[in-house]
Amino acid sequence: MTTVEYFFIYFAVSMVFLSLLIITVKNPVHSILLMLVLFFHIAGLYLFLNAEFLAAVQVILYAGAILVLFLFVIMMLNLKEELVSHRFIGEWPVGVAIGLSISLFCIFAISHFQIKYEGNMTIEIIKTLTNTKALGKILYTEFLLPFEIASIILLIAIVGAIVLAKKEQS
Amino acid sequence: MIIVPPPFPNLTPFIPELIVLSVAMVLLLLEIWVKNRVFIAGICILTGFAVIYCLNMSIGITFNGMFINDIYSVLFKIIFMVCLILTVLISLNYIDREKPIRGEYYSLLLFATAGMMLMASAKDLMVLYLGLELMALSTYILAGIKTLNIKSNEAAIKYFMLGAFSSAFLLFGISMLYGLTATTDIYLIAERLKDTERSLPLILSMIMIVVAFSFKIAAAPFHMWSPDVYEGAPTSVTAFLSVGPKAAGFAVIGRVFYIAFEGIQPDWTTAFIIISVITMAIGNIVALAQTNIKRMLAYSSIAHAGYILIGIVTSTYESLQAVINYLMIYTFMNIGAFAIVILLDKGEEIQDYNGLSKHRPLVAAIMLLFMFSLVGIPPTAGFIAKFNLFVSAIHGGQIWLVVIAVIFSAVSAFYYLRVVMNMYMKDPLVEEHQIHLSPSLGFAIFITVVMVMVLGLFPSLII
Amino acid sequence: MEFLYTLIINIIKVAVVFGVTLLHVAYATYFERKVIGRMQCRLGPTEVGPMGLLQPFADMFKSLFKEDIIPTKADKAVFFIAPVIVLAPTMTSLSVIPFSEKFIIADINVGMLFILACASLSVYGIILAGWSSGSKYAFFGGIRSAAQVISYEIAMGISLASVFLMAGSVRLDEIVKAQYEYPLSMYAPHLIIGFVVFLIAAFAETNRTPFDLPEAETELVAGYLTEYSGFRYALFFLSEYVAMFIMSSIMTLCFFGGWTIPRFITDILPFLLYVPGIFWFLLKVYFFIFFYYWVRATVPRYRFDQLMKIGWKVLIPLSLFNLLLVAFVKRFVL
Repeated sequence: MTTVEYFFIYFAVSMVFLSLLIITVKNPVHSILLMLVLFFHIAGLYLFLNAEFLAAVQVILYAGAILVLFLFVIMMLNLKEELVSHRFIGEWPVGVAIGLSISLFCIFAISHFQIKYEGNMTIEIIKTLTNTKALGKILYTEFLLPFEIASIILLIAIVGAIVLAKKEQS
Repeated sequence: MIIVPPPFPNLTPFIPELIVLSVAMVLLLLEIWVKNRVFIAGICILTGFAVIYCLNMSIGITFNGMFINDIYSVLFKIIFMVCLILTVLISLNYIDREKPIRGEYYSLLLFATAGMMLMASAKDLMVLYLGLELMALSTYILAGIKTLNIKSNEAAIKYFMLGAFSSAFLLFGISMLYGLTATTDIYLIAERLKDTERSLPLILSMIMIVVAFSFKIAAAPFHMWSPDVYEGAPTSVTAFLSVGPKAAGFAVIGRVFYIAFEGIQPDWTTAFIIISVITMAIGNIVALAQTNIKRMLAYSSIAHAGYILIGIVTSTYESLQAVINYLMIYTFMNIGAFAIVILLDKGEEIQDYNGLSKHRPLVAAIMLLFMFSLVGIPPTAGFIAKFNLFVSAIHGGQIWLVVIAVIFSAVSAFYYLRVVMNMYMKDPLVEEHQIHLSPSLGFAIFITVVMVMVLGLFPSLII
Repeated sequence: MEFLYTLIINIIKVAVVFGVTLLHVAYATYFERKVIGRMQCRLGPTEVGPMGLLQPFADMFKSLFKEDIIPTKADKAVFFIAPVIVLAPTMTSLSVIPFSEKFIIADINVGMLFILACASLSVYGIILAGWSSGSKYAFFGGIRSAAQVISYEIAMGISLASVFLMAGSVRLDEIVKAQYEYPLSMYAPHLIIGFVVFLIAAFAETNRTPFDLPEAETELVAGYLTEYSGFRYALFFLSEYVAMFIMSSIMTLCFFGGWTIPRFITDILPFLLYVPGIFWFLLKVYFFIFFYYWVRATVPRYRFDQLMKIGWKVLIPLSLFNLLLVAFVKRFVL
């Protein structure tokens, strides 16, 4: 195995464990901190793909903006301990069983994965162009329509937040 | 550094979406100054007609082969437009009655419609997913737009959580498919899958996508959100939700499974046969126990999704046509039924309909018509829709499925006709059934009644 | 062998930057007290050493030997780690700053974005410090800081986007090189709107006056710092000054031509070309640091709602306008 593979295994394994910790830790603020670490690992995974732009954006947006808002909300609610509702966790063995069986099936299926085709953007192209330029070029030419729709989706999200959260004027 | 601007995409095939999206954005701003709701609703309806007018002229492929406007998508877009126009007509009076509904309502309706249109014309899975999210996000907000009503809040939260969950499934399926074929173009996927043998990852990705779309069309066992959402959302939104997103879901099922998964047709057919039978069973049987008419119609719409899936399973040209016909007729009769629910001052519980015929014979008669149509009793349009679908399924060889569907249709008669029985045979619980008749609502009911009658008597008009 | 060689070189580089930065922080505090003292007609520190030059060391030893108090209601793990979370990303972003044409620790393709990412992370430390202290003043300080930093980060990011657009790159050295082609060898006159927006946002990012609401004494005691003492307090202090240095460096690199000096000056006085670039770089950086002190001595603090209003209703629209303007100019004029 090469060094890169060792690094990859580290990232992958710790991501799985961090995700498990996030949903099992009792204090919500701690679970947000763990999520922050998880986002770093995701950013690290992007670096393996020579996608340094995505890695930076992952940290800036997810870790730097979205998660801070999470933290903000949780701190405002001031939940020292997570609310325990029997209705949501009463059937946990069933949930675990289903989750495990689905993930086992997925692992089994993915182990049969054979890569036959490759995309246009090889690592060599990205290395010469730099990831930022490659991404920008493809985003504004080939993927123009999805890009524009995504912007409308964000607009809807903003409008929705205002519609749902604004106080009524009497 | 010299910048070479990329060639400007050909916008002609995109004109219908462009109209809807730009009107939606203009309305967002217009609502601040224009307080006259009739004017805004009028713009929405005009948009609908403008799109129908443009549809046939704008056939083609654009945006680097990501967007396709063909006959298939045109037919679905007509359904969406009918759905939009009828929803706007029934909303106009209703959202003034339900005070807390905000002015963004109409533009959100338009955004949701644009999302559905994008889904119907997606040639690329990315566009499909984003169109789906555009539709879903707008409908989550619409479901929760009565911000002071706790049921509406519940509806929005539930819809959002489960919708996000199903999106995750869809993305997972798409990512597997991308891994196998290195493309997200639906037609290219089909081409590349022809050379690939049937493998486990392919089946897994198919299952993931089946699950995600089943969420969207509210097919059992992924239907759990729909009764709560239909009950909690404002009734006009429920009418929209029960028709539009469902039709859009079927549109993408048709495109993705008929084209991309052509090679593994037996596999996805099996999956959909199972889902279809469960859906018909759960939808029809649970509907028997409902006391709230919106919940009952929710389960009925689950059951209808089950019937329509038979057409998908049959997967012949004829059955696909029958599916589109069914959706068209379903749009009229379901929105019509919801229009009656809106028309009545208190119309959410089934016992509210007791003795309606004594005070409001015409309203009761119209409700009777819609109920008959939903059961599929001739000479209503519902009969024609079901008949067509089942005939096409029999031609396609799905005889057992049709037998099951007919049995469950008979079961469904029980709960639909219970409403009729309550209206005609029981004594009224109230002194007077208050109704809120406005010109637009009356017009909407008139259109739906006429269409249900005319299409029932002269089915050759759309077949 | 080559790997070991680069490793050693890099360790030396890191050590140099780290040491110089610590020294910088020590004397930046001294500089600040002297400057503000002069502006307010005082003398500033005079007692320790000649002209008070050893004052920073006295302060350092004081904070090192102070008792480390942990509040009973504090969430200990988070309370301990919060100052580190503030300091670590701030220090890390030093590694991608090109101090001169040759001197840079890590030459990466997305240098500017890396700094932005690090800047957006240090806010965690502040919020968590406020939350974990278990005291309401600290909590309000943390919450305010979160709101403030997120709001101003947007304006900051968008105004920097106009720089990326002009330079066609997010590499800091390429941004500097691209500026050299312009008449004054800097972007500041061309991107004046973006520069002003960035300047204001930088004050808010680093929690300096007039935007130091998270630690507004009169309302919140010392904000998120209330419960901290001794060495942990010193860490926050350290990171604030390093952050100031980094913000000044970004302004220097993105708007003021980094380690270069305007071409017309070297045309007249060609011997200036032999002055190492790091000199010009630090000169510009210290100008901005002086500017920070200057503002602190002259401008009163804003109210919190005013701060939010400035961020969302003035700076963000301005920076967006600037971005559109730059895009338009770049596409149709240049």
